[in-house]
Amino acid sequence: MSLGNTTEMTMAEALRDAMRLAMQEDPAVFLLGEDIGIKDGFGGGFTVTLGLSDEFGHERVMDTPLSEAAIIGAAVGAAMVGMRPIAEMQYGDFVFVGMDQVINQAAKMHYMSNGQVNVPMVLRLPVGASRRGAQHAQSTEAYWMHTPGLRVVCPSNPYDAKGLLYAAIKDENPVIFLEHKLLYGGKGRRKEKTSIDPIMEVPVDAYEVPLGTLKEVREGQDVTILANMMMVYRSLTAADSLAEEGIRAQVIDMRCLQPLDLDLLSEAVKKTNRVLIVEEDNLTAGWGAEIAARLGDEVFYYLDAPIKRLAAPDTPAPTAASLEEEYLPTTEKIIQAVKALLEGG
Amino acid sequence: MTNFSQDELLKMYQLMVTIRRFEDRLYQLFLQGLVPGTLHQYQGQEAVAVGVCSALQPADIIFSTHRPVGHGVAKGMSLKSIAAEIMGKADGCAGGKGGQMHLTDVSVGMMPSNAIVGANIPIATGAAIGFMLRGEERVSISFFGDGAANIGAFHEGINLAAVKNAPVVFVCENNQYAASTHISLTMKIENVADRAESYGIPGVIVDGMDVMAVRETAEKAVERARRGGGPTLIEAKTYRFMGHSRGDPGKYRNEEELSEWRSRDPIPKYRAYLEAQGIDPLTLASLEESVDERIDEAVEHALAAPEPDASETYLNVYAERRK
Repeated sequence: MSLGNTTEMTMAEALRDAMRLAMQEDPAVFLLGEDIGIKDGFGGGFTVTLGLSDEFGHERVMDTPLSEAAIIGAAVGAAMVGMRPIAEMQYGDFVFVGMDQVINQAAKMHYMSNGQVNVPMVLRLPVGASRRGAQHAQSTEAYWMHTPGLRVVCPSNPYDAKGLLYAAIKDENPVIFLEHKLLYGGKGRRKEKTSIDPIMEVPVDAYEVPLGTLKEVREGQDVTILANMMMVYRSLTAADSLAEEGIRAQVIDMRCLQPLDLDLLSEAVKKTNRVLIVEEDNLTAGWGAEIAARLGDEVFYYLDAPIKRLAAPDTPAPTAASLEEEYLPTTEKIIQAVKALLEGG
Repeated sequence: MTNFSQDELLKMYQLMVTIRRFEDRLYQLFLQGLVPGTLHQYQGQEAVAVGVCSALQPADIIFSTHRPVGHGVAKGMSLKSIAAEIMGKADGCAGGKGGQMHLTDVSVGMMPSNAIVGANIPIATGAAIGFMLRGEERVSISFFGDGAANIGAFHEGINLAAVKNAPVVFVCENNQYAASTHISLTMKIENVADRAESYGIPGVIVDGMDVMAVRETAEKAVERARRGGGPTLIEAKTYRFMGHSRGDPGKYRNEEELSEWRSRDPIPKYRAYLEAQGIDPLTLASLEESVDERIDEAVEHALAAPEPDASETYLNVYAERRK
């Protein structure tokens, strides 16, 4: 596929570019959140909205009080009258303060009104553990997947981030858009210490990566690894190491969890016959649990071993480096899990 | 003397009587086992819905609560679509998916009514922000009860509306009780409207049993919002004559209090006002008769209507992409 004119972008730049293009194109698109447009401020918690208030003004890049229920609720109300708001939580964990507005309001309005109103909004949540402790670390996919009416998107790279956010803005439903803190690519003092910060050539024009699509990011015949966001990188690194030992791991980027392309996953499993799911959030009732159960239903007789899940343990996220390392699935843990899976068959 | 035409005055009377008699009929149907789930009824508070909604333009929108029948009728919903919805029928306003607490008719500006107390306060604010960003001179109304004044969304939503100068009017129907709990047990101040000062917006107290007073108060607030003057918090002191919901005999309220408020019933009060304006009682009687006919018709329609097909369960979970 030809990308046309491209330029190098970080995740933060790619996300900003998607919003900028959507705002240029459609006056209904506007942003709201804490510290997102303050003059000489920092463009939200992770620089994503930096400069947008200069271009579009402070009405369309609307700084709000520290009021998560009001930010999300106002986005719901604006969306119901035909606007296309993009609301930002400074940290994804803060969404729980406004949870009613997501679960009872945004997700259910279309259904409760039998289709009379739509809620075309995007809720952007910076997620992932980054040495900040239990209340600034959660990834939260499972909460949203459990709630009908929401879409769930979790990109791992700048190309997907731009195309998926642009598609999310165009979607007619509330989209929960997860962005990993260690992938943003903030600069200077805003750079995260343990970050990966992928930079890619990204098309300059607007484009969509359709919601509900997954992506094979590495081919392999022996085992399928399902991972999203930060865990995609650790899985790819693990796959490189495994390749040195002759183990060919396929890696699928689970960049959209709702809608879920179960067919693509089933086809993959039919070829590799083994599945490892790598999740950054807690094990119990995590997103991978649902996928494991569905695959069990769909392709049980193709499996040579039980589906394996590698996730954070069922503890809150700790802060200290040594503890966080223990808490998160690491490359080494992924390698060991794959080996155990192959031996188990 | 009033500025309103006789037609306008009669329209308000007709709406108040419709709400009262329709709610009474729904209660009978509930007792007969024809209403699934629960009922939250509006008898006693009619002057608030009618006073506020009669101050609105058709393009203005309202966000109601778990007690939405009065608001829906006052904003112009058809009785048929409400009755059928409450009875769980296919041609209800939401095809039976909403039920008593979720009445919607966007075509008349009745946004989906909300059964989470206080949740519509930030939502109405957001709708108003939408109108403001588009430069439309429309106003959004949030109705809620005294109980909602103690939930976080009240503070967050009103404060956001205040700092953004959003064209929204907050209407607190203070009926004294959050379910069975009297307001004196949950607030150290007497008036919800007093909280407006802390958000830097006007707070106005009005007799919620007096439809003309409510209308005049609402008109000022609505026009202020429409002209870019920002939000107002109106507190209408009122009373619900029924229990909180089904099966609530309201024993926590004493007879003296109940009869005091019943003596201030907004409908006879308004009727006396109309007669004092020289309106023929026979005109009012015939209007009441036509209300009864419309209610009969709506209820018969709802009773005869089919239930939604089971396949409807799966529809309208997600909205289709615009072409």
